[in-house]
Amino acid sequence: MQHYYFDHNATTPVAPEVLRSLSEAMAEVYGNASSIHHFGQAAKQRLEAARREVSRLIGCDPREIVFTSGGTEADNLAIFGVLRKRPGHVIASAIEHPAVLNACAQLEREGYGVSYVPVGGDGIVDPDDVRRALRNDTALITVMHANNEIGTVQPVAKIAAVAREAGVVFHSDGVQTAGRIPVNVRELGLDLLSVSGHKFGAPKGIGALYVRKGVELQPLLYGGRHERERRAGTENVPGAAAMGLAAGIAGDWNEIAALRDRLEQGVLDRVPSAGVNGDILRRLPNTTNIRFDGIEGEAMVIALDLRGYAVSSGSACSSGAVEPSHVLLAMGLSAEDARSSVRFSLGPANTREQVDGLIGAVVESVSHLRRISTAFVRGAVNV
Amino acid sequence: MSDLIAVAMSGGVDSSTVAALLKRDGYNIAGLTMQLWNQRRLPELATDETTGRCCSLDDVYDARRVAEHVGIPYYVVNLERQFEESVVAPFVDEYLAGRTPIPCTLCNTFIKFDQFLTLADSVGAKAIATGHYARVGRNPETGRWEMRTARDFSKDQTYFLWGLTQEQLSRTLFPLGEMVKSEVRDLAVAFDLPVANKSESYEICFVPNGDYAAFMDAYLREKGVSREATEGRIVNEEGRELGRHTGAHHFTVGQRKGLGVAAPEPLYVIATDTKSQTVTVGSNDSLLRSTLIARDINWLSWTELSAPARATVRIRNRHLPAQATLYPLEGGKVEVHFDEPQRAVTPGQGAVFYSDDLVAGGGWIE
Repeated sequence: MQHYYFDHNATTPVAPEVLRSLSEAMAEVYGNASSIHHFGQAAKQRLEAARREVSRLIGCDPREIVFTSGGTEADNLAIFGVLRKRPGHVIASAIEHPAVLNACAQLEREGYGVSYVPVGGDGIVDPDDVRRALRNDTALITVMHANNEIGTVQPVAKIAAVAREAGVVFHSDGVQTAGRIPVNVRELGLDLLSVSGHKFGAPKGIGALYVRKGVELQPLLYGGRHERERRAGTENVPGAAAMGLAAGIAGDWNEIAALRDRLEQGVLDRVPSAGVNGDILRRLPNTTNIRFDGIEGEAMVIALDLRGYAVSSGSACSSGAVEPSHVLLAMGLSAEDARSSVRFSLGPANTREQVDGLIGAVVESVSHLRRISTAFVRGAVNV
Repeated sequence: MSDLIAVAMSGGVDSSTVAALLKRDGYNIAGLTMQLWNQRRLPELATDETTGRCCSLDDVYDARRVAEHVGIPYYVVNLERQFEESVVAPFVDEYLAGRTPIPCTLCNTFIKFDQFLTLADSVGAKAIATGHYARVGRNPETGRWEMRTARDFSKDQTYFLWGLTQEQLSRTLFPLGEMVKSEVRDLAVAFDLPVANKSESYEICFVPNGDYAAFMDAYLREKGVSREATEGRIVNEEGRELGRHTGAHHFTVGQRKGLGVAAPEPLYVIATDTKSQTVTVGSNDSLLRSTLIARDINWLSWTELSAPARATVRIRNRHLPAQATLYPLEGGKVEVHFDEPQRAVTPGQGAVFYSDDLVAGGGWIE
């Protein structure tokens, strides 16, 4: 059976030219970037070229890029790095990725105060709520650039202004935006931005943290003096090079919006009692999160997979089972509505034919699932 | 392609062998594991073995490996909410009410052959297959679906399956019902299944080390339920106090160990009363009962009981079916008269009626 991929917010396929460059770098550029000799120099050059490419992607100085193992490490480095340098109170949004939320939970266990600002029914943080959450000892504000589940793009420039006014460091998790839609850290006024390579065509295992010059970080790892003493460990040169190349060729995903809209409209036109979760204008061009009343999103994901379409619902826990999304709950959805929601996230390789096939599969799956749930209720009454 | 069959995979030898067998025989199958209980939820109960228990990450890991080995799609589905509602909470209530419930029957009736069947249906599967040891077939004359004990009587699991409906039976496959355990092991080895040598668990999956009382305490503490004083008296059949206890729900009928009472002859719990917090103990003979009443009867292979009928009856798992006569009572109940008195008839357990190897039906002991 042919399988089609509609789960790009989870991860993306490695772009073919990136794959070629990656395997070439792994084979030939094997020096340690810290070594003095020819091999080390070649590696160092490749690493610094990658740093320049990534810095161009988000509009910063190359020296402001710290390579990490991925988005989670970047988030942790930002949060713990700032707090351990200057302890204080933290403000985070309620819809952050677990990489941020669970880092904050750890801070709470360590005795730090953390305030979680809510989101409205549109899935967007109100900068005034952030302002109201400020305390004299607030040391860090962290609000994601775009949400991974519903795709809403947060008003980070406005929140950055609130932070700047209060003299508080501002971090944004840019894992879903960098490499996909235009991101400029200067225009947005960010102090820290997390980037993940595998969300835009680079392999897993490489990411970056933008650290504005002047922001001080306590490193998480103890070791060599790599990355300007901000991240110890022999640099992942092939990974960084791959991410640099992916950054260079990253197209503007706004072109995907037309396909996403075709999918969304096609589904909403043909499926009754369905609706989009979150603001439909201020969101990523590739994402739509749809609620289908009366169905279990988890069953829908399995049913669609068995038909060859990969989508997702909620967030997978350690066993692989799905729990109701904290993002949808934070938006005010009931647990039942949260469980009946499915996320479709497109990528550059999806085609119109695939989208039309997916619409058909969704229509059939939903009507089958709804038929069963009524049959199920009838059966229960008969017992 | 043939109709899809959903295999309930626990990560154990039996369900893994079912998956491999059906795949070998050319069926279109998908593996599903039900995540029923978070073993890390009550950390005070953690033991070294917690990670190797049912619904643990290890079991999911094993099931996933088997699915990969067999070459079938595999999914984990979260039924923790439903499991807690229809199995754990009633288990705790029953226990506190002084009965000794069997969660496995509740789980089979409300989760495995209900939620799981619905789930299978939702993902497009017409039938389910499990690793239970039981046989199901359709009686060609009556058209009724019937259940028989497993060919391997030592592995027979019909005691836990009496709650199944005709609809459920019609959509369920038990491929191991005609096999003995050693054949299943041999097949698992022949299929080179990664779990071929895994040991079996006979415990209730969400109660570590079979310690019900500790589970109950931890669960109620988590729920914030404050418990009334539960300590009380241990008395003999004449009502004389022999000792004290910390809660009648810690005792089950037939229990001998852990009474903390010295006596010249072995003493057994013969009754518990959680209202007055009284535990009555007596000799082994006092445990013997000739009759019982079963409620909430489900008829499987039989359709009803309109007149007294002969049957054999099991009152707990591994109990050798005992000869008895069944009498219909008002309200769909059944009164069982044993030919020989039976030891430790325990309220809350199931009573399952057999006619030779046919599972006639069953109910809950009052």
